[in-house]
Amino acid sequence: MVLFAVIYPLIITVVAQFSPNRGKGEIILTRGKVVGYKTIGQSFTDNKYFWSRPSAVGYNATTSGGSNKGPANAEYLTTLQARIDTFMVHNPSIPESQITAEMVTASGSGLDPDISPESAKIQIKRIADARNIPEDKILSLVESQIKKPVLGLFGPETINVLELNIRLDELK
Amino acid sequence: MNTEILGILAMFVATLIVAVPLGKYIARVYAGEKTFLDPLCNPVEKFVFRICSIDATLEMNWKKHLTTLLGINFIWFLLSMFILLNQGWLPLNPDNNPSMSPDLAFNTAISFIVNCNLQHYSGETGVSYLTQLTCLMYLHFVSAATGMAACAIVFNALSRRQTQKLGNFYNYFLKSCTRILLPLSFLVSVILSFNGIPMTFNGKDTVTTLEGNSVQISRGPAAAFVAIKHLGTNGGGFFGANSTHPFENPSYFTNMVEMISQMIIPFAFIFALGYYLKRRKLAWTNFGVMTAGFLCLVIPTIFSEINGSPTIQHLGIAQPTGSMEGKETRFGTVASAYWSIATTVISTGSVNSMHDSSMPLSGAMQLLSMMINAFYGGCGVGILNYFIFIVLAVFISGLMVGRTPEFLGKKIEAREVKIAAVIAIFHPFLILVGAALSSYLTAKDAQMGWWFNGNATGWLNNSGYHGFSEMLYEYTSASANNGSGFEGLVDNNPFWNITTGIILLLSRYLPIIGPVAIAGLLAGKKYIPESAGTLKTDTSTFAIMTFAVIAIIAALSFFPALALGPLAEYFTLSK
Repeated sequence: MVLFAVIYPLIITVVAQFSPNRGKGEIILTRGKVVGYKTIGQSFTDNKYFWSRPSAVGYNATTSGGSNKGPANAEYLTTLQARIDTFMVHNPSIPESQITAEMVTASGSGLDPDISPESAKIQIKRIADARNIPEDKILSLVESQIKKPVLGLFGPETINVLELNIRLDELK
Repeated sequence: MNTEILGILAMFVATLIVAVPLGKYIARVYAGEKTFLDPLCNPVEKFVFRICSIDATLEMNWKKHLTTLLGINFIWFLLSMFILLNQGWLPLNPDNNPSMSPDLAFNTAISFIVNCNLQHYSGETGVSYLTQLTCLMYLHFVSAATGMAACAIVFNALSRRQTQKLGNFYNYFLKSCTRILLPLSFLVSVILSFNGIPMTFNGKDTVTTLEGNSVQISRGPAAAFVAIKHLGTNGGGFFGANSTHPFENPSYFTNMVEMISQMIIPFAFIFALGYYLKRRKLAWTNFGVMTAGFLCLVIPTIFSEINGSPTIQHLGIAQPTGSMEGKETRFGTVASAYWSIATTVISTGSVNSMHDSSMPLSGAMQLLSMMINAFYGGCGVGILNYFIFIVLAVFISGLMVGRTPEFLGKKIEAREVKIAAVIAIFHPFLILVGAALSSYLTAKDAQMGWWFNGNATGWLNNSGYHGFSEMLYEYTSASANNGSGFEGLVDNNPFWNITTGIILLLSRYLPIIGPVAIAGLLAGKKYIPESAGTLKTDTSTFAIMTFAVIAIIAALSFFPALALGPLAEYFTLSK
């Protein structure tokens, strides 16, 4: 018991001191201030920021979890419809058929830090209007922030919403 | 989408490439041969045996093995009950989480001892760091090693000789820990901690977000925990959301590492059997049957998730990445679907997407994986479950060709077949009795009194067919010692804690006792050399036979239950 419960975690903790941010989780700094953890998603509701996905726990990282709603649940479908309506009010130029399901469904952890490139692209017009920045400038920013699959081979393309929004703030 | 398919292929192939040499290594460990870790492990093991005053060279028969196994498991139970009930005032509790209620502690303790890890609490608020490390993580190691040691006994019993002496339980057990689980855990947790999984004893952190809100973030010594949770096919997460949580699984790369680490030991044991008994063809035949079964389950799941939800399609929006409710963007639908089947066939029960929000057909496949519970299977116990089906297949084939059934040169007689049949029927019995009881209470909307705060329908998060699936899933997961859940179910209350706790106990120990007893009985019999008339168990004909036995038992036992839950939901949705 001493071997597994004491020695093993202590050795790993010592080794972890050499990892990014000494094993405390990777943080992101802007202008000397901590604005969050790289892998823990944040809620964005302002028109001038890219939005994260909906969260069943409201991006409160002292808990975690999904909605656990089944696909046929009537109450759940009403929630989805309301999210679609909200999205359309804020992004009037985007037709309903282009809205990605990702932007109206909650993630498993409720702390998803990423969105897909498609979901970022449908928000560009709104942000360009809110910030008075040309759309193509934001589009090229979005494209520069796309994380490629592992080794270029395995897994989907994603964008970290917090990092994207920080770059967006730096954009002139 | 193509990179996503490539991703899962890479995971499967990498697992296989690591597992074959690992299997050879495991066989050497149990056979007591020299391995490269000897200089490091020998002194440690000697020291442990000396302070516990155990004579590790004493050979035991199968009955002695089983009593030792059960005895040591009972000691762990008492120890974990103490920690869980008192964690509130014990040290290493920076977030001041309270002690557990007795029924929750009962469920949690049993669930971790039996390698199931149903978690009716949430890691951030339900346990302290002391509990995570000294109780839960410790049990991650020893419960996996218990299964592996039981499997080693069966290996020993099946080698060709006539004996009652089947090695020493403590020896197998400690070697499983020090020579297999611990070195691998070191390796995996270092990789994980360098890829963003925290390993810190600090409590919650508070940050101000870009939009100016203040949020708190739970942390903890997770890297060490997550490594053994997968290697030992335990699956109990450090955080409530398990491996969907960005601190338990921060990227696609860590997802691959965790996926591979949860499948290597089950894969390796299949090959270890081959090396140990010097019957490598038998190992590949078994692997073939299991892989065929695995593919039958995983392919429909991937398709149903890629296609997305029919109800969302109805709302008129696009689903370029498939069904995303309960899934994480960084893993995508394909890797989530693959994980959901892998975790249910091998009894890990960790999740990287919320199974409750899976498509109905995927839900049916996840349930079926746990109901069959013999494709790859958990650490050690996977082989034991599969062994039961082999015994049945040998017996049935023997009857078909009209000769005495034999397996590895030992006659299989009435007593062994009786044990195998009871074990095979017991698993569906536990699941269906549990599901029937809870459905009866739900249908009546019974007043539950002390057992549950409110009426019985209050524990469901979804109504109708899906609600039935939630209850069926919980009991299936308990009986398969899996530990994943349709997490919408409100399960932290005396009714669910106690009923699943009892099922956990029965469904863990009987499937260990049964195969060890059969193997012990076989070991005592005379060895009959192979002849032209021997039924060969490493041929494709016999492989198909075993597959058919598994499929028939599963279909007969579970088809009605599946039809009432996920299949009914599937057909109503696809109308």
